[in-house]
Amino acid sequence: MIYEGKQKIWADYQKEIPEDHYFYVRSCIRQSFFPASEVTFLDITRNKLGKDIFETEHHTTCGGIAYHSDAIPQETAMTIIARQFALMKKYGYENYVCSCITSFGLYCETMETWREYPELQEKIADNLWKSCHLEFAKPKFLVHASDLIFKYRNQIAAKSKYKLVNVKTGEPLRVVEHIGCHYSKMFPSKGVGGAEYPYVLVGMVEAWGGQIIDYPERRHCCGFGFRQYMIQSNRGYSLSNTHKKFESMEPFKPDMIITNCPGCPYFLDRWQYVIAETEGKTYGENGHGIPVFTYEEVAGLVMGYDPWDLGLQTHQVGVEPLLDKMGIPYDPAKKYLGKNGKNIGEPEKPHCLK
Amino acid sequence: MVEFGFKLSPSSRINLDLRDKASFSKLVEIEPDALKCMACGSCTASCSAGIFEETSLRSALLGLQNGDKEKALKLLSHCMFCGKCTMVCPRGINTRHLILSINKIYQVR
Repeated sequence: MIYEGKQKIWADYQKEIPEDHYFYVRSCIRQSFFPASEVTFLDITRNKLGKDIFETEHHTTCGGIAYHSDAIPQETAMTIIARQFALMKKYGYENYVCSCITSFGLYCETMETWREYPELQEKIADNLWKSCHLEFAKPKFLVHASDLIFKYRNQIAAKSKYKLVNVKTGEPLRVVEHIGCHYSKMFPSKGVGGAEYPYVLVGMVEAWGGQIIDYPERRHCCGFGFRQYMIQSNRGYSLSNTHKKFESMEPFKPDMIITNCPGCPYFLDRWQYVIAETEGKTYGENGHGIPVFTYEEVAGLVMGYDPWDLGLQTHQVGVEPLLDKMGIPYDPAKKYLGKNGKNIGEPEKPHCLK
Repeated sequence: MVEFGFKLSPSSRINLDLRDKASFSKLVEIEPDALKCMACGSCTASCSAGIFEETSLRSALLGLQNGDKEKALKLLSHCMFCGKCTMVCPRGINTRHLILSINKIYQVR
């Protein structure tokens, strides 16, 4: 194949991401699972890179969890989403960035449905006016927050204090990247690299000095799957998915995992504890697990944020071995101190997982 | 160990490298009907032994082809050779004889 041909094909896998001026919506679950990720995103983009990212306290859930759990019909979710878009227009923005992969997938699904069925779009616009007295609008550009960090990856690298490099050996850290299923598996053209070659996290890791490792179950789901997790008796399915991934990546000895979804880092992190307690197996070095991070946390680490300000103490798998590898200083005594200096409480120590 | 109320599901991974190709070829040689099975499950549904112990010729044949010999032979270990499965097989397979041949080739005592 000639080089120009390859470039042309690869161009189909690219996504247009505007440089600036975004209306930002948060995720329902990320703020409790990984409490500092969204704050870090806003701090990096607004204060470190000088971008215009606007958020309002008036936005709500996208309805994704209820929709995917069959608790609300699609039209209800669409009306909720239409309200979010209307808020964007009300505040004078036309680029929409969301923190959550589930939301991103649902926004894509909604936009595609409206494109396919204009009469349904009319109905939703009517619902929106009747219920909220807001004017219907659609974003000009819809991106996920990881798309933006991908866009700014080189600017972040230029301002970085640390690299994804083992300071003792000088070798790049071996990184597993895990993309949320709803990022590009449903609508491949909406993600950087499509569903076949998702590049959004790979680009970040490469720009920050790390080395991506490939393994057989790389594109396998983390196992969240909504109904698989929400009913306790079904959680074995969720756990088994994660177990399959860890068994597959174990021989490649990853140093860390980076993800861009709310559910994936949670389950890849917490299920390591459950696997350790039920099977007595750990996947990291010397009885540790493999630390799992959101892309904002990794960006924060390379930019020199304090690990405890990034909320890394809320992870199940201890992050200290990775911090040592990267040469990032941290104070163990401050691990469980809140922003006000008071102890936030310490979790019980697991039996198997260090 | 902590009890969570759920646990890992058994792996359904198929490793074809573990397949005993020679034995299965030998089986097909003397029992060509082994490849006729369309996995309808009539044999399993009508199995007398299956009421008491997990017994399934359909799953056993799949197991032999997918490299899970141990599981496959366990699924046939309670067969009483009553022959009811032969009577219900829509493909006309002599299932009773097939099970005997499997036991012979895979050296089940």
